[in-house]
Amino acid sequence: MTNETQAMPIYMDYSATTPVDPRVAEKMIPFITESYGNPASRSHPYGWTAEKAVENARNEVAKLVNADPREIIWTSGATESNNLAIKGASNFYSSKGKHIISVATEHKAVIDAVREMERLGYETTFIQPEPDGLIDIKKFKDAIRPDTVLASVMMVNNEIGVIQDIDALGKACRAEKIIFHVDAAQATGKVEIDLEKLPVDLMSFSAHKTYGPKGVGALYVRRKPRIRIEAQMHGGGHERGMRSGTLATHQIVGMGEAFRIAREEMETENAHIKKLQLRLLSGLTEIEETYVNGDIEKRVPHNLNISFNYVEGESLIMAIKGIAVSSGSACTSASLEPSYVLRALGRSDELAHSSIRFSIGRFTKESDIDYAIELLKEKIGRLRELSPLWEMFQDGVDLEKVEWAEH
Amino acid sequence: MAYSDKVLDHYENPRNVGSFDKEDPTVGTGMVGAPACGDVMKLQIKVGENGIIEDAKFKTYGCGSAIASSSLVTEMLKGRTLDEAQAIKNTSIVEELALPPVKIHCSVLAEDAIKAAVADLQDKKKMKRKNKNDDS
Repeated sequence: MTNETQAMPIYMDYSATTPVDPRVAEKMIPFITESYGNPASRSHPYGWTAEKAVENARNEVAKLVNADPREIIWTSGATESNNLAIKGASNFYSSKGKHIISVATEHKAVIDAVREMERLGYETTFIQPEPDGLIDIKKFKDAIRPDTVLASVMMVNNEIGVIQDIDALGKACRAEKIIFHVDAAQATGKVEIDLEKLPVDLMSFSAHKTYGPKGVGALYVRRKPRIRIEAQMHGGGHERGMRSGTLATHQIVGMGEAFRIAREEMETENAHIKKLQLRLLSGLTEIEETYVNGDIEKRVPHNLNISFNYVEGESLIMAIKGIAVSSGSACTSASLEPSYVLRALGRSDELAHSSIRFSIGRFTKESDIDYAIELLKEKIGRLRELSPLWEMFQDGVDLEKVEWAEH
Repeated sequence: MAYSDKVLDHYENPRNVGSFDKEDPTVGTGMVGAPACGDVMKLQIKVGENGIIEDAKFKTYGCGSAIASSSLVTEMLKGRTLDEAQAIKNTSIVEELALPPVKIHCSVLAEDAIKAAVADLQDKKKMKRKNKNDDS
């Protein structure tokens, strides 16, 4: 093996997780080594120090999204926040009705939590987004029923990076007195969030998508008008009874610092990342038969999801091992089904199998982008030489009209 | 997913990539799989007067294991009779490439491709005989 293949690839999978910012890691360490007190200990300075750090972090999280710190409760991550919001609010308000609205392109943590409510006797409607990944507000309104209790829509999609119109969707919910939950795991530090203005009742956050540590997240629970949820984790009554369990001080401190940096640096950082995204986009679309998945305007600059027609995603990932990306190809997932998100957009299975998600961020350099473009150009050419579909396309065969032996 | 060295070798240096003229009467073409399923293999064999496979070529759209399976098959086919070719089982591909369970379907597809290529060749021969009989 050469040195090149042994070196770690360039990281372009920021939507999976981000590296912890060194400033964040530095802040966390003393809360593992020295200030190890339990923030719930009221009887000595070990506890007081930890509690102060936790409350300071809570302030930082609240500030990023313009909320009251008392509206932020700590969880283990966005998956737990989504579960707590969906199960906790639907259960609490079940007397209003037992119908839940969500979207076909949501993260599995939302889809499966909603499915679990189905098992408990709730009815559900999953809205199909438009081919650009965005929700038609009319379709959303049409899905609302008198017994709709909760709607859950993600702000930024994890696969295609499109930004939903949360304000309009929230207003539609308010008008019908429906609890509105938003999964914002992929949104913090990427889009402006102002919960003073946004008509959102519950919002999920994750630390590790915003340069914080894994294993910690938060749920925003609105105070005015007050939203109530049933706890899913019972115990010592932490977090005003909504989520028991000893607080992980060092993780929480990390999340607070990560969100502080996001608030202060978001504007300049996003301008830089936008330039990189455009550079990547113009380089890759020079390749024939490429298709961008999801709206390109209403999208975070961090994401570019492209299908390279006639090349299978997994073999492409093998070929471009100099960069770390992910694919909507079935072969990279355990289920052997291509990306359900791309299929919900009406993309053919072929294009879903041929998709690559590039997600970039704080530490991506212009030279990384140029390397990725060159690599893709070379390897796509090689794999298309190997592809019978490319050969047929070149010969003018309409692949739609071929009778394939599906297996 | 970690690949075996043999898969990587065939993937990095695929053997016998290309196409023969599929109208050539000595060429059998097998195309199996479907784009919607994420893999399509095209396997072609060229058979000499003596009924022995002289050459084989492939093109594959699919994952690394699918490419490796078809590349391996082209090597295995050369020098075999059609009967011997049809006796190749997917299990020997699995063994040779050390494919993990989730990739076994790639080897099945390669076996299907061999059968389809041989069947195509035999159809051509039948047609030829039929045409000859019709002429006389």
